[in-house]
Amino acid sequence: MSVSLIFEKLALYFEYPFIRNALIVGVLISLCSSLLGVTLVLKRFSFIGDGLSHVAFGALAVATVLGISNDMIVIIPVTILCAVLLLKSSSKAKIKGDASLAMLSVSAMAVGYLILNVFSTSSNISGDICTTLFGSTSILTLSRSDVWISIVMSAAVIIIFLLFYNKIFAVTFDEAFSAAVGIRAGVYNMLIAIVTAVIIVLAMNLVGSLLISALVIFPSLSAMRVYKSFRAVVICSAVLSVLCSAIGIIISILASTPVGSTIVIANIVTFSIFSAVGALVGHRRGA
Amino acid sequence: MAQFICRDVSLGYDGEVIAEHISFEINAGDYLCIVGENGSGKSTLVRAMLKLHEPMSGEITTGDGVSRTDVGYLPQQTEVQRDFPASVREIVLSGFTGHLGARPFYSREQKAAAVRAMEQLGIAHLARRCYRELSCGQQQRVLLARALCAAKKILLLDEPAAGLDPKVTGEMYSLIENFNREDGTTIIMVSHDIAAAVRYATHILHIGHKRNFFGTKEEYIKSEDGRAFIQLSGEDEIRT
Repeated sequence: MSVSLIFEKLALYFEYPFIRNALIVGVLISLCSSLLGVTLVLKRFSFIGDGLSHVAFGALAVATVLGISNDMIVIIPVTILCAVLLLKSSSKAKIKGDASLAMLSVSAMAVGYLILNVFSTSSNISGDICTTLFGSTSILTLSRSDVWISIVMSAAVIIIFLLFYNKIFAVTFDEAFSAAVGIRAGVYNMLIAIVTAVIIVLAMNLVGSLLISALVIFPSLSAMRVYKSFRAVVICSAVLSVLCSAIGIIISILASTPVGSTIVIANIVTFSIFSAVGALVGHRRGA
Repeated sequence: MAQFICRDVSLGYDGEVIAEHISFEINAGDYLCIVGENGSGKSTLVRAMLKLHEPMSGEITTGDGVSRTDVGYLPQQTEVQRDFPASVREIVLSGFTGHLGARPFYSREQKAAAVRAMEQLGIAHLARRCYRELSCGQQQRVLLARALCAAKKILLLDEPAAGLDPKVTGEMYSLIENFNREDGTTIIMVSHDIAAAVRYATHILHIGHKRNFFGTKEEYIKSEDGRAFIQLSGEDEIRT
């Protein structure tokens, strides 16, 4: 396929509103997830994203079976609730934080799958489940309200992040110090957990619940290989995340590959490149 | 009037007492060293003074118009910080987060004050460097600069010399001494280093398993606890 043909094909595709929607939502979600990703990775919270995505899958199953047309209304509050509970339990844990998370996430998966299998009226159950797990097509079948919810939620996440940027930095770098100078670290941890929950639910449309963690951790890990200040890492991971998602979506349209995995593979390639660059720069500086 | 008053404070975790009957007073311009064996509750006491830890009994009060924003804290380094991508400037500035209130960003004066704090500690040339690439001594200076941004009245330092080589340790102590002598900053320092404690401090709080000691340095050196502890740590090093 020659370059001009590709552009022609792309131009044709962009005529379709569902493709434009997919790109808009994809870019916004990846922007949000990368912003939070830096904090989550640094706070050693990466696993929370993974656990919450499983919870979101369970909630989605329940919403589907109950026949709720706009499932986000169910999934977002349930996931937020779990995020809050997880954070509370990990601070004064009888069962250790990671164990309780693992428990919660496998339970949600098992219950969700069971409910879908037993009660679903759909003719293509395994197809539906595959979609929720790997997000194969749902990004291309967004309803108008899905798009608006994504836009509003993403805007809220970005504004919250900008307004609390300095405090989030302080709490992430040193919780004890921040608490000592009067920042309510618990409140900010809660804020981070809630925003994470919202992003996870939104990102389920894009890459599916099994691949969300990649969207959260890869861009920030790539950025950290090369950049040395918090601000540079945040900006770089936002740019990387948006680029990887856009490229992933476009490739998946052109080559008819699954959207979610294509985006994640774009992230993996970026990570490899940035690791190599980081090693090279570090080596030169060391020599 | 005293800046900090501890009255018969007991500390512990999950119902288990690790230190009890701690009483002392700190006045403006004092230099207090908190000494004692490992696990005697020194760091916990500091955390309790910062209201990060609830004492099991007794009370810790502040006086002399001291509020939370008057206390700068230098905690022990955490695991997270070792590979944290942050520039020196970002970390020093974060000392002002307690003063931000509802404002989202730092003011121009705060940024200028952060630069002054870095100059004072001789790390201005490192402002753009990455924290994790600095030496231990430089990292401690960064955290001390951040504590200075947070407050100038009282500095609470938890083992500021941990992991430093002797030369850098000496530099660190004389920096701290300068704040105390020249700016009248009250210093409260947890230390393993008994030789430095009796050299620099005006007051000593010794937290022991059987009993505690609080008094001036001179009283401590003459006291039974002091003599025993100093002997244990090698008497020859002690110069007063």
